[in-house]
Amino acid sequence: MSSSNINLKELFLNGIVKENTIFKLALSLCPSIAVTNNLKNGVFMGAAVLFVQLMVNITISLIRNIIQPKVRLPIFMLVISGWVTVTQLLMAAFVPDVYSKVGLYIALIVAFASILARAEMFASKNSIVPSMVDGLGMGIGFLFALTVISFFRELVGKGSLWGYAIINTKPLLILILPAGGFFAVGILMALFNWINARYAAKAAAGSH
Amino acid sequence: MSNEFIKLFELIISASLINNFVFTRFLGLCIFFGVSKKMETAVGMSITFTAVMMVSAAISWVIFNHILVPLDITFLEIIVFIGIIAGLVQLSDTIMRKVSPGMYYKLGIYLALISTNCIILAVPLISAGEKYTFIQSLAFGLGSGIGFAIALIIMASIREKLELADVPAPFKGLPMAFVITGLIALAFTGFAGLITL
Repeated sequence: MSSSNINLKELFLNGIVKENTIFKLALSLCPSIAVTNNLKNGVFMGAAVLFVQLMVNITISLIRNIIQPKVRLPIFMLVISGWVTVTQLLMAAFVPDVYSKVGLYIALIVAFASILARAEMFASKNSIVPSMVDGLGMGIGFLFALTVISFFRELVGKGSLWGYAIINTKPLLILILPAGGFFAVGILMALFNWINARYAAKAAAGSH
Repeated sequence: MSNEFIKLFELIISASLINNFVFTRFLGLCIFFGVSKKMETAVGMSITFTAVMMVSAAISWVIFNHILVPLDITFLEIIVFIGIIAGLVQLSDTIMRKVSPGMYYKLGIYLALISTNCIILAVPLISAGEKYTFIQSLAFGLGSGIGFAIALIIMASIREKLELADVPAPFKGLPMAFVITGLIALAFTGFAGLITL
């Protein structure tokens, strides 16, 4: 029992740290730049992806035994696009101001390689609990990445957070411009690499 | 009539330069960063991409306006469009393998990649949202394909040179590619206001 617990914990962390969709795998990058010029949009986008990932993993895991292997990809796509449509309608109803900005990108969650990849590699082979944990981990990893990027961009680019002014000095406007998104992600990725390299070096030094 | 041609031309220019999918709408980035390491793959991808995009734009338009709109089920657009694209990619894969194995050998791998590309789904979604006519959505598909090709080819030529450059270790690979894309995107903002539709 205890071994399966550890397994689940590792599985959960795997999506957040080791296989972080954006910083590590560099997949599903479009929204990481398009919607992250303020924190609110970034968080809602991340939450939408988390929801879709979780629900898709659960659904696929539930029906994995009745799917014909030959037609599995179209069925996965169908499940994903079904859940994306649900998310889209929910967001349009409850957070219309965010939806008007990120609507197109919500629809495009369908084409996320990361969601299809988890369905294919994990949920279609595992029972429901591990699939749920896996979906949560991957989704939270994505939410985390979007939150960090949009936090950084809104704070430095506009001097505010969630629309409230925080810093009074002149902000670095370029970061909230479209082009600034690329710079921000590039710099944050480099930072991640740098921290990882330091960490690895320290771990290596410690073990000797 | 000539006025209409000018409109179409403007649409193509706008889709390829001003609202370039990669640099101002940030779509198709996975493919953009994935295949822009070598010029040859970049060119192959662009050709396949533009072709699939135009065909899918045409089919999606017909289905959207003649099936979804009359039945009042436009909220199903995502499911229907992704189905069309997946089917189309599978179909062209099969046809290409039978008709022209040489071409399949060269371009087949890109075809498989295309179905996970968000631009190809964004084109029908945007055309449906903007209520383009049939010809307009074709022009929009073509313009978007050209824009993607321009972006890929610029990026591939820069990255081929970058192989020899001395980049700080944490920036090696993707982070540097992102910074470069940012610079190109900055240059592309210069096209804003070239045409007002």
